[in-house]
Amino acid sequence: MSKEIRLPLTEDTVAGLRAGDHVRLTGVIYTARDAAHKRMIEALDRGEPLPIDIKGAVIYYVGPTPERPGRVIGAAGPTTSMRLNPYTARLMAQGLKATIGKGGRSDEVKEALKRCKGVYFLAVGGTGALLSKRIKKAEVVAYEDLGTEAIRRLEVEGFPVIVANDMYGNDLLELGKAQYQKRDRLGSYVPVKEKAAQSNGGGN
Amino acid sequence: MREIEADQISNKVAELFIDAAHNLPEDVVAALQRARDSEESPLGRQILEEILENAKTAREEMIPLCQDTGTSVVFVELGQEVHIAGGDLAEAINRGVAKGYTEGFLRKSIVERPFSARKNTGDNTPAVVHLELVPGDKMKITVLPKGGGCENMSRLAILLPGQGREGVVDFVLRAVEEASGNPCPPLILGVGIGGTAEHCMSLAKKALTRRVGDPNPDPEAADLERELLEKVNALGLGPQAVGGTNTALAVHVETFPTHITALPVAVNIQCHSARLKSAEL
Repeated sequence: MSKEIRLPLTEDTVAGLRAGDHVRLTGVIYTARDAAHKRMIEALDRGEPLPIDIKGAVIYYVGPTPERPGRVIGAAGPTTSMRLNPYTARLMAQGLKATIGKGGRSDEVKEALKRCKGVYFLAVGGTGALLSKRIKKAEVVAYEDLGTEAIRRLEVEGFPVIVANDMYGNDLLELGKAQYQKRDRLGSYVPVKEKAAQSNGGGN
Repeated sequence: MREIEADQISNKVAELFIDAAHNLPEDVVAALQRARDSEESPLGRQILEEILENAKTAREEMIPLCQDTGTSVVFVELGQEVHIAGGDLAEAINRGVAKGYTEGFLRKSIVERPFSARKNTGDNTPAVVHLELVPGDKMKITVLPKGGGCENMSRLAILLPGQGREGVVDFVLRAVEEASGNPCPPLILGVGIGGTAEHCMSLAKKALTRRVGDPNPDPEAADLERELLEKVNALGLGPQAVGGTNTALAVHVETFPTHITALPVAVNIQCHSARLKSAEL
């Protein structure tokens, strides 16, 4: 069962989301990747306004393929969110409510989600053809010279995402791994979490 | 001596990259179907279903499988009795890449001056070319458009000889677990063992050109592949790392003799959108 959400996101909507929820988004989202994030942060550093209204916004980490003639957009699946970690808390402090990408987030971002009451969604990486069908309109609204990395305003309809990190600190990637890891079949390998605990504990 | 025209090479390279971007190889589709059927996590199964549906949509509607149409990696097996007429090989390949990425509406993802200006080259050139001279008068071209998400999770270590098989297994598991969802699991893992640092990584990349799940002909290497696949899937990452029992579709190990002081091991990760096409000229 998916929750249907009409954008922009409200505080109540975000508060109702939990890691693992399936969500379908309808409304406006903005695209931005590495280069656009760098420019936005530089703009903030100079005290200049951002090129998009960031309050309550959803940013999708994507750089689409060029659209064929007559089509809205090319393939448009998520890129790796990790690379955007250094910029996310700063934008959330400006009002950014949600981000969409693939892969996990840093502790810094997870803290920002709690502090700013935001959410991080996963879109399924490598399904750029399928996801492109949910994008009904696309236009470049800033940094056109960045090409695929320009900021685009997308109108999406029923865009499927999964809540990976909610505002309560739940992390789908951690929960999922804990549920399905078969520790007894890993031989002498010490999983990341145990290794971290060992090095933090230090007692023995 | 047999002549092959440079233009013929360019056209073939262009055609292969467009084909690869839209048509997931049959062996990869079959491996994904097996993963879906065996996956214990309901969310993992759903993700695998979407990945399979994506392959169908891409093929039927000519939309690239993934927006990251990759670095253009090209393997050439060139028969030593072939003469290339009307241009040089590297240029012919790059012309083909430019043509394929432009005419095929593929994303151009390559930037020059990597540590400074990072300006897009505009046509996805230059290709990364691996050339091997072989006997005969044929030329085999294999294209492997390599996405950034998975390539960025590559790892190389020169282990101590005494770390042996257990050290190799530990290193591969660490690389996969720390990569988590970034490289788009379920993965195909290329593992190089031996040689020198650069050759080891090249073995790992070459391992990704094998048919998915075909074992290494050497029984010891094949046994290591089985152990690695079982353990990688016991990590619990699953599809897109949301939890599950299919973190990898296959592990391919390639080995090479090495120096008495060293045990090099390299991991090159391929995402589930394991695009690969070959042709013989």
